[in-house]
Amino acid sequence: MEFLSYLISGISLGSVYAIIALGYTMVYGIAKMLNFAHGDVIMVGGYISFCGMMYLGLNGWVALLLAMAVCTVLGIIVEGLAYRPLRQATSLAVLITAIGVSYLLQNTALLVWGATPKVYQSLIPLTDASGAPNALRLMGGRLSISYMSLLTMAACIIIMVGLTLFTSRSKMGKAMRACSEDKDAARLMGINVNTTISVTFAIGSALAAVAGVLLCSFNPTLMPTTGSMPGIRAFTAAVFGGIGSIPGAFLGGLLIGVIEAMAKAYISTQLANSVVFAVLIVVLLVRPAGLLGKYVPEKV
Amino acid sequence: MAELLNVNDINVYYGAIHAIKGVSFHVDEGEIVTLIGANGAGKSTTLHTVSGLLHSKTGSISFEGKNIAGVPAHKLVEHGLAHVPEGRRIFLQMTVEENLEMGAFTQPNANTPASLERVYEQFPRLKERQRQIAGTLSGGEQQMLAMGRALMSKPKLLMLDEPSMGLAPILVEQIFDIIRQLHQAGTTILLVEQNAQMALSVADRAYVLETGKITLSGTGDELIHSDEVRKAYLGG
Repeated sequence: MEFLSYLISGISLGSVYAIIALGYTMVYGIAKMLNFAHGDVIMVGGYISFCGMMYLGLNGWVALLLAMAVCTVLGIIVEGLAYRPLRQATSLAVLITAIGVSYLLQNTALLVWGATPKVYQSLIPLTDASGAPNALRLMGGRLSISYMSLLTMAACIIIMVGLTLFTSRSKMGKAMRACSEDKDAARLMGINVNTTISVTFAIGSALAAVAGVLLCSFNPTLMPTTGSMPGIRAFTAAVFGGIGSIPGAFLGGLLIGVIEAMAKAYISTQLANSVVFAVLIVVLLVRPAGLLGKYVPEKV
Repeated sequence: MAELLNVNDINVYYGAIHAIKGVSFHVDEGEIVTLIGANGAGKSTTLHTVSGLLHSKTGSISFEGKNIAGVPAHKLVEHGLAHVPEGRRIFLQMTVEENLEMGAFTQPNANTPASLERVYEQFPRLKERQRQIAGTLSGGEQQMLAMGRALMSKPKLLMLDEPSMGLAPILVEQIFDIIRQLHQAGTTILLVEQNAQMALSVADRAYVLETGKITLSGTGDELIHSDEVRKAYLGG
């Protein structure tokens, strides 16, 4: 029974990683860049929803929408100002810029919201008025799943299905896949590559805002560095699953979450990160493209 | 016949390398015009400049009388220009049909089914492979897909870059048959080829490009019988 509850907490944590990893993987797939500032967009999403609830008195769900809107705009601005001018630059220059943007966002947050952690109010309270866990009890109460966990898993599945449909059915989604394969060929089809990249950043950043709200709902301390560690783990998840692959980000996210939860439960809390990254190293040695990353040979 | 494309005195550079040196040519409506020349003569660069992937420092490029020099590539498709790039450049991880849909990106969605029908009629092989991932097609099928994809935008001018490259002789014949058919159906074609024999045999007019300059021009017939062309490009 313990194992099952660890598994569930791993899956719900992994669902958050998967949502973040989707943003990494989509941006990488299309712009061929690692947006290391992605984790900090999560933090901005957290603060915006926090402010929406605290200062504007918004309902948690409305605050979530506000955070998504702000992060979408933020993603488009960051892409346009910081990354677009570097489209022809070496990938190292883009990588360093992304790290720069990450510090810029963290320090701006420090300036605006200060270093004192904010106590975030969960989207669905984790405990009810009497202090008992607000959870679904199964198997005669021996297994309990918090409603927040259920919401997180549902959000992850909805996002995953939505993105899969978007990229496989819609014109814009197909154009994104075309751009990720061959930008010049996409241009010759009449696809505006810059617009497509902006849309990708917009989607990734909106998802980061969702992840921020979910993350802070579980772990209610909100600081300017809140996004960096989940960001790095989600990046790991994206690489684990095969960077550039949407189902890969989903699978990678869930696995990293479960591995982390299991390592904390059965090995050691301090060693959890080491275990996660050790598994990543082993997977990459065996499958360098990641679990679902694929290699399609080109015919000439 | 009205003039469709007019390229006047373009100069294109790759950094310090002067790749195209004052090239001028024109294509009239309904014609097949070919640019022939050796590897590195600047044929592909010329096409890239017309389709807006590269830009010329001088001169002008006009399409249906409108100046299109400096217009970004993605906006030219709407004007009726389609470019089948060298090496086909199909989207290997997408299905055949998705590739064709990308060709119709600038067209209203409602027109796509009719365009698909038209292209499938022209290339029945593509219809058989409709749901297949494009990367699994043979070289000849990939060339057909690249051409079909370009035709989805209903271009007024179809630019083909080395359609015969890497194909077995029988497939080269097939591709040129298709080019003839498209021409008969009224499509204007600008064809770039290293296979001068084949290109000249279908072309109304031809230009010979050498190290970034046009050195000869004439009708396909004239050039196929010209001593210089025979020596340099047709093996004696």
